[in-house]
Amino acid sequence: MPSDLARLGVVDAADRLAAGDCSAVELVEACIAAQEAARNLNAVVADTAERARAAAVHADQRRRRDEARPLEGIPVAVKDIFCTEGVATTACSRILDGFVPEYESTVSARLWDAGAILVGKTNMDEFAMGSSNETSRCGPVRNPWSPVDGPSLVPGGSSGGSAAVVAASAVPAALGTDTGGSIRQPASFCGVVGLKPTYGRCSRWGIIAFASSLDQAGPLTRSVADAALILEHIAGFDPRDSTSADLAVPDLHTALQGDVRGLRVGVPSEYRLDSLPSSISDLWEQGIAWFRDAGAELREVSLPHTRYALPAYYIVAPAEASANLARYDGVRFGARSMGTDPDELYTRTRRDGFGEEVRRRVMIGGYVLSEGYYDAYYLRAQQVRTRIAEDFRHAFQDVDVLLTPTTPSSAFPEGAKTDDPLAMYVNDIFTVPASLAGLPAISVPAGLDEDGLPLGLQLVGRAFDEVTLLQAATVLEAAAGTFRPPAMAA
Amino acid sequence: MTGPRTIVGTTGDWELAIGLEVHAQVATQSKLFSGAATAFGAAANAQVSLVDAAMPGMLPVINRAAVDQAIRTGLALGAKINRFSVFDRKNYFYPDLPQGYQISQYRHPIVGAGELRIDMPDGRTRVVGIERLHLEQDAGKLVHDRSATDSHVDLNRAGIPLMEIVSRPDLRDWEEAGAYLRKLRALLRAIGSCDGNMEEGSLRADANVSVRRPGAPLGTRCEIKNLNSVRFLMRAIETEAGRQVDLIEAGETVHQETRLYDPQRNETRAMRSKEDAHDYRYFPDPDLVPLQLSESRIERLRDSLPELPDETRERLIRDYGLTPYDASVLVADPDAPRFFEAAAHGHSGKRVANWIVTNLFGALNEAGHTLAESPVSAPDLGQLVGLIEDGTISDRIARDVFDEMFRTGASPQSIVDARGLRQIQDTDAIDAAIDAALAANPGQLDQYRAGKTKVLGWFVGQVMKATRGQANPGLVNERLRQKLDGAGKA
Repeated sequence: MPSDLARLGVVDAADRLAAGDCSAVELVEACIAAQEAARNLNAVVADTAERARAAAVHADQRRRRDEARPLEGIPVAVKDIFCTEGVATTACSRILDGFVPEYESTVSARLWDAGAILVGKTNMDEFAMGSSNETSRCGPVRNPWSPVDGPSLVPGGSSGGSAAVVAASAVPAALGTDTGGSIRQPASFCGVVGLKPTYGRCSRWGIIAFASSLDQAGPLTRSVADAALILEHIAGFDPRDSTSADLAVPDLHTALQGDVRGLRVGVPSEYRLDSLPSSISDLWEQGIAWFRDAGAELREVSLPHTRYALPAYYIVAPAEASANLARYDGVRFGARSMGTDPDELYTRTRRDGFGEEVRRRVMIGGYVLSEGYYDAYYLRAQQVRTRIAEDFRHAFQDVDVLLTPTTPSSAFPEGAKTDDPLAMYVNDIFTVPASLAGLPAISVPAGLDEDGLPLGLQLVGRAFDEVTLLQAATVLEAAAGTFRPPAMAA
Repeated sequence: MTGPRTIVGTTGDWELAIGLEVHAQVATQSKLFSGAATAFGAAANAQVSLVDAAMPGMLPVINRAAVDQAIRTGLALGAKINRFSVFDRKNYFYPDLPQGYQISQYRHPIVGAGELRIDMPDGRTRVVGIERLHLEQDAGKLVHDRSATDSHVDLNRAGIPLMEIVSRPDLRDWEEAGAYLRKLRALLRAIGSCDGNMEEGSLRADANVSVRRPGAPLGTRCEIKNLNSVRFLMRAIETEAGRQVDLIEAGETVHQETRLYDPQRNETRAMRSKEDAHDYRYFPDPDLVPLQLSESRIERLRDSLPELPDETRERLIRDYGLTPYDASVLVADPDAPRFFEAAAHGHSGKRVANWIVTNLFGALNEAGHTLAESPVSAPDLGQLVGLIEDGTISDRIARDVFDEMFRTGASPQSIVDARGLRQIQDTDAIDAAIDAALAANPGQLDQYRAGKTKVLGWFVGQVMKATRGQANPGLVNERLRQKLDGAGKA
């Protein structure tokens, strides 16, 4: 049955393919069919079915010739922010209308080199700026956990399409990018695993930039082991990205077998917000108990500058974005609204091409960098960033990982926060600190709230210690089990 | 010794203060942040990488060779090499700037304070302060003449590495400014960090010019942009200083602004004033890590430096007895010292230098050749001087021989032999010619005897004419004097 095949995770699908229990063609067809069936989610924005079918035939041929690679025949969906050669790539922005890259991002190229197959480019907030996938010019994504006859819930963002398509079991894994929580928050909202690696672990080459010092690619999957396997194949030094780390990638998949007894798990007291819903604080307590039961040692830690993280993030990220998005000027590629002189061309192209949230952030970014304000905003935010990184370094002298909620709420209805940017930004409150410090973090589905909506818990690790992070994540996964949207169950 | 020039106004003398910002194209095979080629004269957009065109997701990677050349240049300027420097984004929109920002160095340049010594023709020496040297990328260029309605963009230059070398406002007149630019060019060419070719735009200068009463504080400056020859630089400064003096003396004030020089009309025109200057919103480029230089790298580069022009100049004065002026002229052309030393081997250095500076450079200049293209080789020029030194030919004949060498490339010996130009050393032959001249001109002989001794020179000329210039003029003089004075006594 094709739909059963689409429900397989990466590790299981790889095993089935290796055992000859199914073919890549069958697996890819199952995912194409499942994506077709889940069309109402609006999670996929570029149709790649024909290419995927051809690639699947090729994958089966390789396997028959005993030339199968580690991910041979595994379908993976990719956020529309990764440049994919010959496949339209727009970051879900009107300004990149018609843009078809002649190159492949390093991270996606590594997946294809390992045998994986592109099945669907996924919806996202425009230029990854959003926490609900509502800023996409391709329209909002419906969270698969939305009540069948009720209003659409958002999938989170910005990697909303990737989270939704994985949650809907329409692909085993998807790539996302995380700048301030854009993998972890939608993973939490959709009940899937979302991993943001250490900054520098994966190359940013070929990924449309939002905030260069924060952007990092990572997997969204239905299991920790799947996330580990995908990360293993996308990570690694890239000479074309000066900020990528020249470090060996550990064997993450097998490292998961490790023991967590004696693991020191930190619980940052500053994350205990008064406003936190009891469902989330209860779940957090549950997570602490699970670790204690598994033999880990729990410690209260302090990250004193936590409350400055969100404001600092919303200065640094827009500042970088304002420059990163300057190249979308209508001169060389993408959409152009003509003018009679260059200034008019820029103004019209950018006014017509960028959505409201993108324009807002470009303006904030320009403002905080402008003469006379630089010191008060940008420089100060960078100083805060240094303090936050020091907080973590200090905490990691006593603990091996940190345990926090991923988000301050579960998925909310479409339109609930679109008129209040600040309320929207607060979604990132637990995810942003690790981003500012460049640390690896993962959201693991841990339970459901009183409305039956999924909630994730976040683990934050030391820089480049994804091994410990993933080992800890397996504890949560084993205790909590996995979650499927009711509509997808049965 | 005279001092720097002043502007003589209607109300008295005005002194100039000039600082130069020189943009020197770093001699590298590839661009500052991409692998695209830098060769001059390629077809439009033939040397543009994805990075240069600022395609989405593209990242800059620093060219180590360009950094090395900047360090070498800093060392040659006796400047402080900053072990830590940062690339910043300078944000502005222009169609020839694909990224929407120029990557430059603003707060932390790679090279700090240094100095450059200039020698003026009147014998004065000045030491001009260098404030800083930083690396930055060039922009592309707009092409307006291909169509009546559209403009085109050529990105071949986009991303080419430039060193911006900023002097202190230590230059006191346009001649010092010209000498500074020539000296800087000689230095860059001697160490090979820039080809110094101003016609191809490898070296361009912006001049900051202000005037003041002698001894007064610096006046308001205007910046004249993009001067691409030493001659234009000097004329632009002289013109601009005159304009400022006229303004002030007419009771008006000089406004700080950017101006362009129009060589056709020999005037400067306002381009933009300080008020509508851009706010470039500089901030550190998050795509690049700060440059950190090791001591061993700096020492290796120091060891790679050839003898510097000032050192060569001192050595030529010391070892060959050259005049400071001839030595300065020789070191201004990086090929000239080697040419000189090859030619001077076994000959009078002073005489050889004089031949190069006066005759060879004049002829090359007239023919539009560089020294490397000289039809006269160094050994041949040495041979020519040798023929003068051993009395084979006179200075006057040597000039004819030189002209023919320059025209045909033949050796001086072969020209002298073929044309029978060997100087007449035979006293009998000279005596015969003298006797004939005296006999043929009894009137002049009487004049001489009557005390008009100036007639001696006239007789020398007659003898030289009769011998078609081949008589040794020294001998003619000596024998003629003997004959005339001897006859007088008799």
